[in-house]
Amino acid sequence: MKKSFRKRFFSKWQLIVMFLIPFIWYIVFCYVPMYGIQLAFRNYNPRLGYLGSPWVGLRYFKQFFSSYYNIDIIWNTVSISLYSIIFGFPIPILLAIILNELPGVHFKKVLQNLTYVPHFISVVVLCGMLYLFLSPQYGVLNTFLNFLGFESIGFLESNKYFKAVYVLSDIWQESGWNSVIYIAALAGIDPELYEAAKIDGAGRLKRIIHVSLPGIAPTIVTLLILRIGQVMTIGFEKAYLLQNNLNIRSSEIISTLVYKQGILQGSYGYATAVGLFNSVINLALIILTNRICKKYFEISLW
Amino acid sequence: MKKSLNDRIFDYVIVFISVLIMIMVAYPLYFVIIASFSKPEAVLSGQLTFLPVGFNVKSYQMVFQEPQIWIGYRNTLIYTGLGTVINLLLTTLCAFPLSRKDMPYRTLLTFLVSFTMLFGGGMIPVYLVVKNLGITDSIWAMVIPNALNTYNMLVMKNYFQTSIPGELQEAASIDGCSHFQTLIHVVLPLSKPILAVITLFYAVQHWNAFFNAIIYLRNEKLYPLQIVLREILLQNSLEAVGGDMTGMYEKVMQGETMKYALIIVASVPILIFYPFVQKYFTKGIMVGAVKG
Repeated sequence: MKKSFRKRFFSKWQLIVMFLIPFIWYIVFCYVPMYGIQLAFRNYNPRLGYLGSPWVGLRYFKQFFSSYYNIDIIWNTVSISLYSIIFGFPIPILLAIILNELPGVHFKKVLQNLTYVPHFISVVVLCGMLYLFLSPQYGVLNTFLNFLGFESIGFLESNKYFKAVYVLSDIWQESGWNSVIYIAALAGIDPELYEAAKIDGAGRLKRIIHVSLPGIAPTIVTLLILRIGQVMTIGFEKAYLLQNNLNIRSSEIISTLVYKQGILQGSYGYATAVGLFNSVINLALIILTNRICKKYFEISLW
Repeated sequence: MKKSLNDRIFDYVIVFISVLIMIMVAYPLYFVIIASFSKPEAVLSGQLTFLPVGFNVKSYQMVFQEPQIWIGYRNTLIYTGLGTVINLLLTTLCAFPLSRKDMPYRTLLTFLVSFTMLFGGGMIPVYLVVKNLGITDSIWAMVIPNALNTYNMLVMKNYFQTSIPGELQEAASIDGCSHFQTLIHVVLPLSKPILAVITLFYAVQHWNAFFNAIIYLRNEKLYPLQIVLREILLQNSLEAVGGDMTGMYEKVMQGETMKYALIIVASVPILIFYPFVQKYFTKGIMVGAVKG
């Protein structure tokens, strides 16, 4: 008995050893930075350390909200996200349904795998492609507009088009990849349901509306909640790379501000405060949406 | 059974839409390919539609003449190789214990780990940690701060729990396997699909990594490919090679089509692996979709 106890302890000890390295990593790169959040309330001086730097309370938050320019930045962040949800969220669902309805397995496979490809292209390359295609002088899109008799448009050189370029290129890049989960959900629908609908005289369109859509509704709701919980999170890289002096009023978002103020200017306290504001809103949104969904749809993330 | 007229019309509509989608997704990619093989004048004056005009490989020659690109390529290969190995090691070492019911404090630890997906210190506190560790401007800045991705780790943990029979692991331990041996001889050989998918995810992430580089690296010799790409594609910082003024105009023109070639050269390595792993996608992603 004693021996087996020791043996058990030994085996648990092995599991603990395995977990040790990842655990240390989580402490150092996730939990120490959380401890570092106090910089948002301190005038950081590296020589004095986190705890030694003088406490300034809400000074940085007041500073952030006192500028109209920053209100624009918050709006840019939220609006790009909302446009992505409104225009981008339904597309993978439609794509999955179309793929599901396609006659012929071969074409379906080809199309499916093709739509995944843009997901693997780097953000830098995507932005490079956008600059090449949208260039007012040489860009293929403007050449086409000229051919149709329109003037060239500086898509990336104006505040007017930035958000559209951002959202549409996102749709191009990610819709295929995001449809995977719906395709899998559609594959899980009982074929008998389709047969029954057919016998009842439902055409193809009716079967989509009354069988396919209800079948993937739980997946749609779950993903929508997750997406709403990330309203304040939009890719730093793409916004930063597409930014220039001519479109800055619509392309400056919270994360690019944090980067410029914190990393480039060295205002650690201010940048941490702005970042904290962002993370807190995100956390609140995800907790809230999760609670709402638990109550009304009986779907929850935890 | 013969299809009704309505159903056949429906089929045509669906096929038509699919072809449209296909063109919208594929044409930009196809255009990059043909532009990279065409002569600059044709590309810049908008003559290109479906086939290369004035087929040549000068753009590729120009890409390979840029020393910066070679350095970037080499650095990215190193970061991707080393980074992915570290990722797989840490992800497995984290996922396996958390997948085991006999792991002490399992629920608490899983919570602590998952919580980092919902909330974090943010850009600056993480930057200060990396800075204080003294690993900025080194290869470690590119592989250590992102050594683990919690989402990938949870996907792997779920796979271990749902797709590998618990009895098998028990049988192994009855036969005298330690946990390390169970992991290496029983669990991992049965986890090939998930390992393939996660390896691809991590490798793509490293290959495309840009954020860590602009934050942590100042030394140009350490710049990965994506930073070099940004300088050439977005900031037009290509130095016209050679000094003779006569060829200047051609070089500037060639510099424009060279961007297309550069896009191909930078993206091909990742896309090569894609067909091998693609068959595992749905499975890997579905396991991840089962919440943990």
